[in-house]
Amino acid sequence: MPVGVVGGAAAGVARSRLEWLGKLILVLEYAFKLDLVCFSTMSGRGVSSRARGAAAKGEAAAARLAVRAVRQADLTAVIALDATVTGLHKSDYWWRIHRRYGVAGQGLRHFLVAELGGRVVGFIIGEVRDWEFGSPPCGWVFAIDVDPRARQRGVGAALLGAMRERFERAGVTTMRTMLASDNPLILSFFRSQGMRAGRLIPLELAIGPVAADGE
Amino acid sequence: MRLQKNTLLALYSVLEFASRPGELVPASAVATTYGESAHHLAKVLSELTRAGIVESVRGVGGGYRFVANPKRLSLLDVIRLFEDLDAGASAAGPANTAVDRALGQVLAEIDQNTLATFGSITVSTMLKMVQAEDGSSGRRPR
Repeated sequence: MPVGVVGGAAAGVARSRLEWLGKLILVLEYAFKLDLVCFSTMSGRGVSSRARGAAAKGEAAAARLAVRAVRQADLTAVIALDATVTGLHKSDYWWRIHRRYGVAGQGLRHFLVAELGGRVVGFIIGEVRDWEFGSPPCGWVFAIDVDPRARQRGVGAALLGAMRERFERAGVTTMRTMLASDNPLILSFFRSQGMRAGRLIPLELAIGPVAADGE
Repeated sequence: MRLQKNTLLALYSVLEFASRPGELVPASAVATTYGESAHHLAKVLSELTRAGIVESVRGVGGGYRFVANPKRLSLLDVIRLFEDLDAGASAAGPANTAVDRALGQVLAEIDQNTLATFGSITVSTMLKMVQAEDGSSGRRPR
């Protein structure tokens, strides 16, 4: 009996129950907010109730998920998010990516961020590439990250959907990405969005002094 | 990679139960749908229960209910319960010649891609694929 699988399934049950509890709390919160708004409208007076209603509306707006083009001011959050997920702090790299995809995108390169409650919780980067490996122009997604605290809320799907819309506007009919085969989390995310193995097969070769030593 | 009969039956059962969340599904319903004996199916369901993927409720109106997280449980998680994946085809042949070892590399590459594919498809994704194949949403896997 593979213990890892049993543990994974049990953990899945626990996560499922936690998710259910989370949804219940969200429903209760929403019901509470609705009640405040109704009270304010029905009473037609009472500054405090209106203020509470406005505050509730403000909170609801703050919790809304929005995807937009990256701004320079987002880079600190993007770098921190990448460092959280990958364990590597690569500031210079992100400034270069921002110059290439954020500033000089020109409609074919896209660097988008997802905001939840006014906070950057994810990003995606992609571009339209022409005739690589004999392939007609297609949309390549080469980076996506979602804050672990904001996962399972549709952030990744919203980012990928926004990127797809931009690719479609550019006239391409295929979206591609390349993933590590030992990263089931990100692989299963792209699968869940309908992506399948395509006609390109990635190959690689170890080169340089290390490879020479191994021969 | 050829899956054993028990493994396929486990996948059918998991997808059947997962397509009816919260519902108690009698084992006989799965046995009838897939033309298997209830006795054979019982062994598979017992393993799925032991792994915490389904739970069984005895008595009148009883049956099996899917209790895992469909967005996290992969096909590979189910397959691993019934297949010894470590004893894959990538092992070198008995003679352990250079040809055996080279063939072993090719087979290992295939195994790696196969496992990555099974590991990346969750029950939730699989249900979407079944629905797409079915041509209409809401119909159960058959």
